[in-house]
Amino acid sequence: MLKLIRPALISFLLLTLITGIAYPFAVTGISQGLMPFQANGSLIVKDGKPVGSALIGQSFSDPKYFWGRPSATGPVANNAAASSGSNLGPTNPALMDAVKGRVQALRDADPGNTQLVPVDLVTASGSGLDPQISPAAAEYQLARVARMRNLPVDAVHKLVEEHTEGRQFGILGEPRVNVLELNLALDATH
Amino acid sequence: MINVYVQIALYLGVLLALAKPVGYYMARVYEGKLPALVRWMAPAENIFYRLCGVDAKQEMRWTQYALAMILFSLLGVLAVYGLQRLQDLLPLNPQGFGAVSPDSSFNTALSFVTNTNWQGYVGETTMSYLTQMLGLSVQNFFSAATGMAVVIALIRGFARHTVETIGNFWVDMTRSTLYILLPISTVLALVLVSQGVVQNFSAYQSVPLMESASYDQPKLDAAGNPMKDASGNAVTEKVVVKEQSIALGPVASQEAIKQLGTNGGGFFNANSAHPFENPTPFANFLEMLAMFLIPAGLCYTFGSMVGDTRQGWAILASMTILFVGFLAVAEYAEQQGNPAFTALGVNQSASVMQSGGNMEGKETRFGIVNSALFATITTGASCGAVNSMHDSFTPLGGLVPMAQMQLGEVVFGGVGSGLYGMLIYAVIAVFLAGLMIGRTPDYLGKKIEAFDIKMASLVILIPPLIILGGTALAVMLGVGKSSIYNPGAHGFSEVLYAFTSAVANNGSAFAGISANTPFYNSALGFAVWFGRFWLMIPVLALAGSLAAKKRMPVSVGSMATHTPMFVWLLIGTVLLVGALTFVPALALGPVIEHLNMMGAH
Repeated sequence: MLKLIRPALISFLLLTLITGIAYPFAVTGISQGLMPFQANGSLIVKDGKPVGSALIGQSFSDPKYFWGRPSATGPVANNAAASSGSNLGPTNPALMDAVKGRVQALRDADPGNTQLVPVDLVTASGSGLDPQISPAAAEYQLARVARMRNLPVDAVHKLVEEHTEGRQFGILGEPRVNVLELNLALDATH
Repeated sequence: MINVYVQIALYLGVLLALAKPVGYYMARVYEGKLPALVRWMAPAENIFYRLCGVDAKQEMRWTQYALAMILFSLLGVLAVYGLQRLQDLLPLNPQGFGAVSPDSSFNTALSFVTNTNWQGYVGETTMSYLTQMLGLSVQNFFSAATGMAVVIALIRGFARHTVETIGNFWVDMTRSTLYILLPISTVLALVLVSQGVVQNFSAYQSVPLMESASYDQPKLDAAGNPMKDASGNAVTEKVVVKEQSIALGPVASQEAIKQLGTNGGGFFNANSAHPFENPTPFANFLEMLAMFLIPAGLCYTFGSMVGDTRQGWAILASMTILFVGFLAVAEYAEQQGNPAFTALGVNQSASVMQSGGNMEGKETRFGIVNSALFATITTGASCGAVNSMHDSFTPLGGLVPMAQMQLGEVVFGGVGSGLYGMLIYAVIAVFLAGLMIGRTPDYLGKKIEAFDIKMASLVILIPPLIILGGTALAVMLGVGKSSIYNPGAHGFSEVLYAFTSAVANNGSAFAGISANTPFYNSALGFAVWFGRFWLMIPVLALAGSLAAKKRMPVSVGSMATHTPMFVWLLIGTVLLVGALTFVPALALGPVIEHLNMMGAH
């Protein structure tokens, strides 16, 4: 037993220094040197000031903006200092109420629109910070945004396409549209 | 629609192609014939042993091996507990977080040391950067290295004959860390940063919101108590939020080992669903690959070390077949979506424009395919990282993760623990086959006798005892029931999932349950501990017993354990033992919920 204590203590200490100090600091050093943009949060900078992160969603409820994924973080949606999903189960009545309310809000903002609502637009994301929506969800909102801004639908459509990413390497993941970047671009052109 | 199959085939193809090179590399490392890639580190390794007072040539009996492992793990518990309790006094705490509560610290310490990484806490509002990297991240390495050491000891039990020793714990653990986990993690961490995973020590970044948000909070009087109006209702005040505070930290370095070591404890609360932990589909692909890389490779290591690689391929084949079956159920169930949404005017069908399906708790960039795939991998392995919220899965989609953990996480499984779990099932399988034909069973030339079967039985029987006993206790007690979030059968599933995940050392959750309470912190804390060491000790005992046995020559009566027949026998044993144990409990949770959901529409 005693024979085991010294190796236990010293190996614990040395390996802690290697994996807990040397390793994270080395990775930080290389990352900050070679990839500072990514390592610091992919911040979108306008006029020298950060206006958001390309990877972190913000909430929109004004009809002139594209709306993103609903977010279940508290106390406000898209709280990037406390990520969370809703954790509502599939048969929980609270989930039905939430989805019903979101469908209603979309209909109220765009009364003439009779299309079915794409599911990602009315269900809370896993992180509560999802920066993207499906191309279907952007398409659903296109006419509304164009109308609210007195822009031709084609112009908005073009902007959406510019902010649509396909599957990575043509295979991985799902096609998606970055909502914050799209809305920033809308404000910039308008 | 073809894309589903392409993504899954690509994943399995890359994984299986890497099994041999990774497995070969690991076999060389553990046999002390260091590959050229890392041979230059050997002098440093020797200095390390000299400092520790370890004679690398001196091997241990199984009892000593187990003692060394437990001692090393206990030190981890003390360190992680201490760091959390003292983090307010220590550096690298830019958000100024206070000390973590004693029961939560206890739970987290046990959970990270046992490779569970159950998270009762919210990372970005609780843990300082120092606690994350020096406490949690370090245990990600150590608990993985410990699991790998134990399976290597068991493999030596099969590979050797008539010897008393099964290796040196310090050497196996050190080599696992320095030559396997650390180099792969470093590369993986840097690639993850290139995809957008953050890596810094800055305070949280504030950015202006394009559209301000507001919420109501209780108004407090001068003494800090909530104010009430004349009729006794709480008075609230409106708070307007104009800025978004974005959590940062040294995430990539932790993310890499969290996936590679099948640990699963996220830097952030949302784990791999968080865009800073898992920003792109390619990052997601690598994180999924990392979870199964070492478990798949170890199958080849096993075959190589026992001198017959076909034995390793047979085990890998069994794992792969089980995995594909479970994956199909999860993908199908999630893609079907929620029947209740259809009446609300929601479009859930898959098209080129959207993934459709059950998107509650899922991220757009992953859609259904990569969410169900990740969930099946993370619970096949004992990882427990999540890129979507399992609590919001459809009933059958949520049954898959639970069932895989209940089988003992042998579908690839955790690093080390998956393979030793599967080898235990192999011992049971040859025993059953032996009973059927009336011969003394043997596996890899080792006669399987009463002591060996007793040890294997402990490994099979202890988990269900704690899972079902713990669940029963929790749903009978007020303190157990009050933490349930979702109503009905789903609420029972939350409790069953919690105990299953703890005992299986997985760490994923039906996260609606409020597990950060003294009851769950203690109950699950004990569950992770027993679920880990009460299995590792019998495994090491079996290793010692096997190593001491003579090797029997192959005779006409020996059963071949590398054939398709054995693969199916092994799969049958795994499913039969699991089904007999857990079907009644699953019937009360996900099965009832599924019938309710379908019946209502």
